[in-house]
Amino acid sequence: MEILVFVTPALALIALFVAWPIVTAVRFSVYDWKGFGDLTDFVGLENYVEVLGDEVFRSAVGHNMVIVVGSILLQLPLGVAIALLLNRKMRGQGLLRTIIFVPYVLAEVIAAVVWLQLLQPQYGFIDAFTAQIGLTPPEQGWLGTPEYALWIVLLVLTWKYLGLAVLLFLAGMQGVSEELHEAAQLDGASWWQTQWRITIPLLGPTMRTWAFLSMIGSIQCFDMIWVLTQGGPANATATMATYLIDEGTKRHNYGIAGAASVILFVIAFAMALAYQVLILRRDTKEDTV
Amino acid sequence: MSRKTQALAALCAGLMIAATGCGGSGDSGGDDNTITWWHNSNNDPGKGYYKQVAKDFEKANPGVKVKVEAFAHEDMLTKLDAAFQSGDPEQIPDVYMERGGGELADHVEAGLTKDLSEDAAEEIDMIGGSVAGWQVEDKTYALPFSIGVVGFWYNKELFAKAGITAAPTTMEDFYDAVEKLKAAKIQPVSVGAKDAWPAAHYYYWTAVRECSEDVLTSAVKSLDFSDPCFEKAGDDLADIVAQKPFNNGFLSTGAQEGPTSASGLLATGKVAMELAGHWEPGVMQGITEDKKGLGDKTGWFAFPQIEGGQGDPGAQMGGGDAWAVSEGAPDASVDFVKHLLSTDVQTGFAENGMGLPTNPDATGALTDPALADLIKVRDSAPYVQLYFDTAFGQAVGGAMNDAIVNVFAGKGTGADIVTATQEAADKEK
Repeated sequence: MEILVFVTPALALIALFVAWPIVTAVRFSVYDWKGFGDLTDFVGLENYVEVLGDEVFRSAVGHNMVIVVGSILLQLPLGVAIALLLNRKMRGQGLLRTIIFVPYVLAEVIAAVVWLQLLQPQYGFIDAFTAQIGLTPPEQGWLGTPEYALWIVLLVLTWKYLGLAVLLFLAGMQGVSEELHEAAQLDGASWWQTQWRITIPLLGPTMRTWAFLSMIGSIQCFDMIWVLTQGGPANATATMATYLIDEGTKRHNYGIAGAASVILFVIAFAMALAYQVLILRRDTKEDTV
Repeated sequence: MSRKTQALAALCAGLMIAATGCGGSGDSGGDDNTITWWHNSNNDPGKGYYKQVAKDFEKANPGVKVKVEAFAHEDMLTKLDAAFQSGDPEQIPDVYMERGGGELADHVEAGLTKDLSEDAAEEIDMIGGSVAGWQVEDKTYALPFSIGVVGFWYNKELFAKAGITAAPTTMEDFYDAVEKLKAAKIQPVSVGAKDAWPAAHYYYWTAVRECSEDVLTSAVKSLDFSDPCFEKAGDDLADIVAQKPFNNGFLSTGAQEGPTSASGLLATGKVAMELAGHWEPGVMQGITEDKKGLGDKTGWFAFPQIEGGQGDPGAQMGGGDAWAVSEGAPDASVDFVKHLLSTDVQTGFAENGMGLPTNPDATGALTDPALADLIKVRDSAPYVQLYFDTAFGQAVGGAMNDAIVNVFAGKGTGADIVTATQEAADKEK
């Protein structure tokens, strides 16, 4: 009975801010709805067919996957390397840690605005710098060239989220017992061998958890892209999230936006589930064995 | 109280506030004698002027109260969307701004907007042909109070420096001017293609030049884009892009925010011209430090003629804002809207440089020389074509704008614009 008292507010919040929006999105997704008036035009699964058939949406899914994979491929080795460096006793360690962690603390929109200024074609710092060293920046600017824009966004995301990876890996390394290192050293292992054979393998669970967080974040990627490119140029950086905002608030195709949001939810849910089953289970299994 | 129960109490209190906040904020309509009025003149002198207008109306109509709410433009649009979505007459303002075209048609279909055809017949007559953009099936649902046209704003000094003696009137002149500017090491044109609509205005314009009025008018009704002029207009656009007149990085340039936006580049003398509407002098004033924009150097010319085009040479492309009354509004709201279109109110509107008035008796009151010239162009035009993204509605317009930006990015043709637009339009039918 007492439990009920404590749980009710949380349940009410979840119902109000999680369950209700999901139900509403599903409801909108089966109607042709302009954003006002009654829901009268029931179209069944037509909106889903349309979203899945839309080249822009399919490319957006592709971009999301590039960000998922790209983030892991870039941040994992970089994060581990930096964490290993920072884990050693050295001068200026605190300062270095701060420098790497600050971007993560910064709000995503603020970080994006800063980079937008830096990447400004012709007048931005980056263009001025490349011109100084004799490189010609692309005619349309880094964010304006469809072939480069997504990769630039990926780099900015890496800059932004590397701090989280480093922080988690550092925490993971604190959990590796000092005795193991000492034992290895007694056996004549070099520093590199110790890290490679002991620290990194023991960091496995931390890496897997981090990769999970990174994956979920990448699938929902929105703020950074919205500020930097609004999904452009020519949809070159559109993600599922920018697609559904565009269809909903800009074009008033709320049915389409609803369907896109449900598809986004299903994809995220399926990937999370698959990750749990295929990868994260290893960690829980070890506990139970 | 233990800390846990304290926290719980706080949470419950928070929930209660949130819950009442959801339902109880609507003090707008309801009352028969209170008119809620939403507008977007949230800076002085406009804000103060509208406050006075509301007070004057209250004085002349004892018992009636006007509740004025001034928003920044984008905020107002977002709030309007939310109010309409709620479907709750309490949340929907009584008098609000309509941009016309397909958006208005949707509002009418949903039963949100009052038919003013009879109640404001006199005002509708007075405004003349411009109300067409706010008509659905021959009924008028809003009264336009400001209508402007889109054309090239240019820097007279830079034109002179490049040796351009007369403003271009044909495409050949235009390309010639572009070449001369490039030769003088001046970037000819800025465009904020990141925001899509500034780029889209080029296509709207080439289509107004290529298509006859009949074709455009019937396309708005039939959503049929099979007339070859639409594709031709897209190819004209591709030609313009191929001449490379635009600023470096135009695909990632914004429209109006800050000195590196398209308007900013013009205002700070970095480019020689920009295609924009009647708002441009005001936007440039906001961007420059001295609040003067281009000042005396500001020049304007209409979009060049395209040889062989079917459009009337005097036709203009633009749009405007109109006052609409929501379906559940008190009767006095209609009188209020009529008051807003009166010579007195529109004269003050013009004197304060708030826009281009639609009441013919007020057009002489414009004090800004750039706007005073522009209104002559507007008033002598045989017709003003409403921006396509407004005329065809956001769903069709959005698809069209996207396809247009692709052409700017070198990834599409006129045929692609027509295909994308027709596909979106077919879904609307």
